[in-house]
Amino acid sequence: MQAATETHATPAEKFANVCSILEKHGRHPARLIPILQAVQEEYGYLPEEVLAYVGVALDVPAARVYGVATFYAHFALEPRGKYIVRLCNGTACHVKKSIPILDALYRALGVTEKKPKHELITIEIVACLGACGLAPVLVINEDVYGQMTPARAAKLIDEILEKEAALV
Amino acid sequence: MTKKPVENTVSINGRPVAIEGERNLLEIIRKAGIDLPTFCYHSDLSVYGACRLCLVEIEGRGIVGSCSTPPEPGMKIKTHTEEIREIRKISVELLLANHDNNCPTCYKSNNCQLQRIARQLGVESIRFGQVLDRKPVDTSSPSVTRDPNKCVLCGDCVRVCSEIQEVGAIDFAHRGHQASVLPAFGKDLGEVECVNCGQCTVVCPTGALTPRSEMEEVWKDLMNPDLCVVVCVAPAVRVGLGESFEMDPGTITTGQMAASLKMLGFDQVYDTSFAADLTIFEEGSEFLQRKAKGEKLPQFTSCCPGWVKFTEQYYPELLEKLSTCKSPQQMFGALLKDRLPEMLGIAKEKIRIVSVMPCTAKKYEAKRPEFIHDGIADVDHVITTQELARMIKAAGILFSDLTPESFDMPFGFATGAGVLFGNSGGVTEAVLRFAAEKVTGKQLQSFEFKQVRGESGLREAAITIDGVQLKLAVVSGLKNAKTVAEQVRKGTCEYDIVEVMACPQGCIGGAGQPVSRNPHAKKMRTKGIYDADKMMPLHKSQENIFVADCYAKFLGDVGGDKAHHLLHTHYQSRRRLPDEGIAFFSGNGGQRLKVDVCLGTNCFIKGAQDVLNGLLGHAEEHKYENMVDIRASFCFEQCEEGPTVKIGAVTLNHATVDTAVQALSRELEHQLSGESAAKDECTSCSGCK
Repeated sequence: MQAATETHATPAEKFANVCSILEKHGRHPARLIPILQAVQEEYGYLPEEVLAYVGVALDVPAARVYGVATFYAHFALEPRGKYIVRLCNGTACHVKKSIPILDALYRALGVTEKKPKHELITIEIVACLGACGLAPVLVINEDVYGQMTPARAAKLIDEILEKEAALV
Repeated sequence: MTKKPVENTVSINGRPVAIEGERNLLEIIRKAGIDLPTFCYHSDLSVYGACRLCLVEIEGRGIVGSCSTPPEPGMKIKTHTEEIREIRKISVELLLANHDNNCPTCYKSNNCQLQRIARQLGVESIRFGQVLDRKPVDTSSPSVTRDPNKCVLCGDCVRVCSEIQEVGAIDFAHRGHQASVLPAFGKDLGEVECVNCGQCTVVCPTGALTPRSEMEEVWKDLMNPDLCVVVCVAPAVRVGLGESFEMDPGTITTGQMAASLKMLGFDQVYDTSFAADLTIFEEGSEFLQRKAKGEKLPQFTSCCPGWVKFTEQYYPELLEKLSTCKSPQQMFGALLKDRLPEMLGIAKEKIRIVSVMPCTAKKYEAKRPEFIHDGIADVDHVITTQELARMIKAAGILFSDLTPESFDMPFGFATGAGVLFGNSGGVTEAVLRFAAEKVTGKQLQSFEFKQVRGESGLREAAITIDGVQLKLAVVSGLKNAKTVAEQVRKGTCEYDIVEVMACPQGCIGGAGQPVSRNPHAKKMRTKGIYDADKMMPLHKSQENIFVADCYAKFLGDVGGDKAHHLLHTHYQSRRRLPDEGIAFFSGNGGQRLKVDVCLGTNCFIKGAQDVLNGLLGHAEEHKYENMVDIRASFCFEQCEEGPTVKIGAVTLNHATVDTAVQALSRELEHQLSGESAAKDECTSCSGCK
């Protein structure tokens, strides 16, 4: 399993990259979504200050930038873990019992639905990953796992935790 | 060219109705005398089509939203089939299931569209269980209260803020059942770029956005026998107040208003139009001086606190062109707190000044630190026309039956010119009535300057006085103000005076006025103000003998020291969002030098990004990670001097990559040697050695 795509640039490099992202898109307000996508690749999420800066640079009110950033499930406004676990809860996955998998993920991580924050692993529930034939589907960063079960999901989490523990 | 159908009509419920340039079916249906319910439709905003209440059935097309369908000849439209009525009812029931249904205690009760439409459609029960996920009410703004539990997500507020005012302080955030209307980053309304105009509260169909009430504070002061409570009423209030008592918009209620204020227990009842006359002395003279010297033109008016905050946030470089005059409200407050203790023999601490305003931004203005001295505010409370009507009702006063009374002297005496301040174009006309006589030294034959009147939100006029042509712009609505401000910034226009009011049609259209369902309300109020001017015995501010008396007795010269101290102020650039900044270096070293680079709009335009990149590159190259913290900040409120960089205690203006890097090295050296380069607060790059 690969770690998430966040670049390991210094803050200054990241900011310079944000500037070149803005240049590349001609600072055009209509390019807000691709700009936010690129900024998220840079930071791993969308920091508030950077969103405010994007608003200034595009001459778009900060409230509009925030509205767009919160509308799409793809955008994260909080820092995320090194591993992003996306569980599909679209119609097909839901009827194939995705919710018990979610419960298993929380249990394996020792978190709850109300307080799901984990330093290393971020769980996201998504509407459809377009792989309904493999339902229920779990994606860890870029790797897709089909026909998931609660037990297999818990095992995957354990593997990540063990692998990371070995790195320390 | 396409051939026109013989009959340019549509059929509405089987009856033919002519198409006469209507933009959509809703307009044509309403013209035919059928009031289709809507939440999200306002004729001066863009079509949104979200509320789904204006649905109609078109033969061959099925059910469509009438607001978003243009009329076509031959359309056969049905407006209230069984299916449509059921859909509308369900829509309203679903809204009610997700709504804080505390109607009797809601501020908007009796004027709420949701309440009215639910009754109109005969919704008698809600078939769905309550699913309201209660959220906190935002009372951070002095002007507008935001109660998300009453929002129906029609988006009217979002569109008025961005389309009419071009501020965009609120917008939709999140999605699905979590969707809500929020300021940027879910912050409170009081800490973002909202200019407090309150136009969102005018279009809000429910109690989700309402003017912030100060009635309780005023009641408390009125009931305190130790206090002398003075009330000042703005010009526009007299032509709006009657609407809360079933009168037509524009009905002039000055006499009943004064009587009701005395009955409520105010000790002195004054007319803010007096202060408007006073403003004309100062602002008119200021203009004549600037015109003579040819500097700081065009002179922008500064009466409107929404416009002032807008300028501070978006056009700091135009601030010097704003008249330095305080608004009539603040002039009045300062004057009264200065004069009344002596005149009435009451200690200053025991005097309370209450303003009645057609405006929500005036609440904010009164709380600005510029207008509070040693803990004593020039104006203590500001209530809106709506709030005054509520207080009159709460006291059980039968407003319509009152015998008219007059304002108290001397500060209740005004000329028609002062009353004109209620209309867009009124300040300009009042200045012209003043300036024309000052310049020519002759009395005006006719006091009216109809060239500056009109309904458009952006009007121009050229008037020749004594051979000198004056070019004027009269603007209402901040989007229009932005258009003119851009022209002034680029130097593509040559105005002498620009009058700006944030609300469409000026103060008579302010958010403090009663919310009217009459589409002609603003027009009728405008006429009311012009009629009130005609009915006054005097029409020119310079004829106000009591204002002249103030100058003779204690203010001294117009624009003199005392007048300047009491009646003028200074505004400064202002950030739009609370400063958070982007942190770049946050190493572990002990004492690190703090470097802040402003990336607010103004500094950004002047090249702050290059300065920041230069500093970062330099710091990285020299491995300063554990010695400096570099942050990008948003606005040090020194926009005229940008780009601005703060390095430790040094503020560097007009920064370039070179000067910033030099200053950083210098400060680091000094830090290593244990002292700061800045002995005093340094404000100029050239000053440092």
